[in-house]
Amino acid sequence: MASSTFTDTRWIARGEERTSLPQFLLWLAPWAVVFAVGIYAAGLCLYYGLNQTNMDNRFAFGLWIFLDLGIIALGAGAFFTGFLVYILKRAKLQPILNTAVVVGFICYSGAVAILMVDVGQPLRAWFTFWHPNTHSMLTEVTFCISCYLLVLCLEYVPILLRNRQLRKLPSFLVFEHQLHKLMPVLAGVGTLLSFFHQGSLGGLYGVLRGRPFAFREGFLIWPSTFFLFILSAIASGPSFLMLVTAAVEKITGRRLVSQELFQRLGFISGVLLAIYIAAKSIDTLIWLNFTSPSVGFAPWQYYNYKPFGLPILFAEIVLFGLLPAFLLTYRRSAKRRGLLLSAAALACAGILLNRFVLTVQTLALPTLAFDEFLHYTPSWQEVASFGGVLGYGVIVYSLSYRYLPLFAQPKGENTHVSGS
Amino acid sequence: MNARYGMVIDLDRCTGCGACMMACAAENNVPPIPQATPRTGLTPMLVRTVSNGMEGSARREVFIPITCMHCERETPCVSVCPQQAVEVDKATGIVMQMPQRCLGCRYCMTACPYHARYFNWWDPAWPAGMEKSLNPGVAVRMRGVVEKCNMCHARLHSAKAKAAAAGKREIDPADYVPACVEACPTAAIRFGNFADPDDPVSREAHSPDAFRFLTRLGTEPKLYYKSKEAWVRALAESKSANAEVQHG
Repeated sequence: MASSTFTDTRWIARGEERTSLPQFLLWLAPWAVVFAVGIYAAGLCLYYGLNQTNMDNRFAFGLWIFLDLGIIALGAGAFFTGFLVYILKRAKLQPILNTAVVVGFICYSGAVAILMVDVGQPLRAWFTFWHPNTHSMLTEVTFCISCYLLVLCLEYVPILLRNRQLRKLPSFLVFEHQLHKLMPVLAGVGTLLSFFHQGSLGGLYGVLRGRPFAFREGFLIWPSTFFLFILSAIASGPSFLMLVTAAVEKITGRRLVSQELFQRLGFISGVLLAIYIAAKSIDTLIWLNFTSPSVGFAPWQYYNYKPFGLPILFAEIVLFGLLPAFLLTYRRSAKRRGLLLSAAALACAGILLNRFVLTVQTLALPTLAFDEFLHYTPSWQEVASFGGVLGYGVIVYSLSYRYLPLFAQPKGENTHVSGS
Repeated sequence: MNARYGMVIDLDRCTGCGACMMACAAENNVPPIPQATPRTGLTPMLVRTVSNGMEGSARREVFIPITCMHCERETPCVSVCPQQAVEVDKATGIVMQMPQRCLGCRYCMTACPYHARYFNWWDPAWPAGMEKSLNPGVAVRMRGVVEKCNMCHARLHSAKAKAAAAGKREIDPADYVPACVEACPTAAIRFGNFADPDDPVSREAHSPDAFRFLTRLGTEPKLYYKSKEAWVRALAESKSANAEVQHG
């Protein structure tokens, strides 16, 4: 036990058991180092410019955009869980809601922070709001992500205000109560905003007529990747929430949510993944047979450039698509926690692979007849900056878990919550 | 009447001397960047060397000056820019880049199939004394923004000012010639107004030897190339779509 002078028990919810403060700080220390190195690397990029990265005129987007798209997809569990709980009234998912908000907040705030480093003139970010080009997918992304991050902040505040000490302040209590009443509205707004920015992130590459590997026909102004990104994000979001929760359970040695809830999340994820894979397969066939040939490119040639061969397409559709969709929805496999989590990990890996293919592979491939196939390896500054986001995420989540009621049960639920 | 400025580059005349690149850099205050690599340098006009892939006496090479193609339809870089820093000037057909408004997101660079856009990865700097040679009519671009060929827009401004001073509404075509066109020792690069059917360059663009790159993308580039060599003309479309090209 920590000495009475070096303790934070009065900040921890009554009845909750948490590790001692020194042990907690010891857990945070390596992540703080990772975060600090990330801040230093990002600082180098901001001070000296993007020459600190290994991006170039041909590989103008790199690791950062790939991972941004990845974590924004994985963070989709926040809006989707809110949508299921508040709009579709699936109250049984309530226990996972707070952790979904925190995970979403971390993913989105981390992505926005990296985007600020990734642009050459971050101080001009407001130009997009002042001189918006309404035809640009990036404008839609900027507006929706900024607004949704604000929504996530508003959703995070009530969780924050439920801290034991903060609850003692009557005005905070009233504010939290009022904010809580707004939650269904925020969930609705968050769903609408997320629908558009997840889609616009897909549209970001889908509209690139000059990059036939990514270019897709679509519906009205939206390329098919717009809809595929929404589907894949809501499919992977619940899986990522399962993985995060399972990791927290493993680290803390506590059972935080019921197996039934895991299975429910897995089923939602699996069904959506199956729909996504079906839609993606149809989209790929249309692209192979019509879209790409119509702009003068024989699509199969793209798969001649190693290591971007056909196995990547196979992995995306079968290994990281159909297989986890089956494991997540099939009752016998879903009952086995290890199998369920492995399937969730495969689903998340598949979505990351999809974002990698769309961002990195697209830029590596030639367009002009005399272009060469490109290689790109991120610099340590790029890797460390994103490591900083990881460190930041673990620190914010750890603090939230320690001091806030992340896995609270809804009234009337008798599911056992350990540690409370 | 609105103009549609464009170029025709005769590849059979190009010797790859690089005078166009030098003239472009001098005219547009492109800084020398000693630390740059071939993929991080600023080369709004870039002469690329392409061979037919053969060896020995069968080997042929061609020099292809690549710059912004000033696409007319579905201009890839215009629609993607989130803050309207890129636009097609309806009066001239020139695709304009406004570095003062550019966020440096580089989305336009990923959109351009011709790789004709360049990012300022470093602060612009010139060796001591060299700054005296800067062109006062062209603003230096700062670090973190994208730039590209704007068909020497400062020269167009000068031509317009000269015409206005003379009380004319239209510029004299002889007053507006981009630096690369002026510098080419073999007159391989020709500049003209495609909106004028009598313009010799406009007529040249319709010759049987003329071609444009990646026309099937539907972007209607206003940079034409010319060559009597079939293997060079075959480079117009993508490698994958023309299996018989194989650079030979």
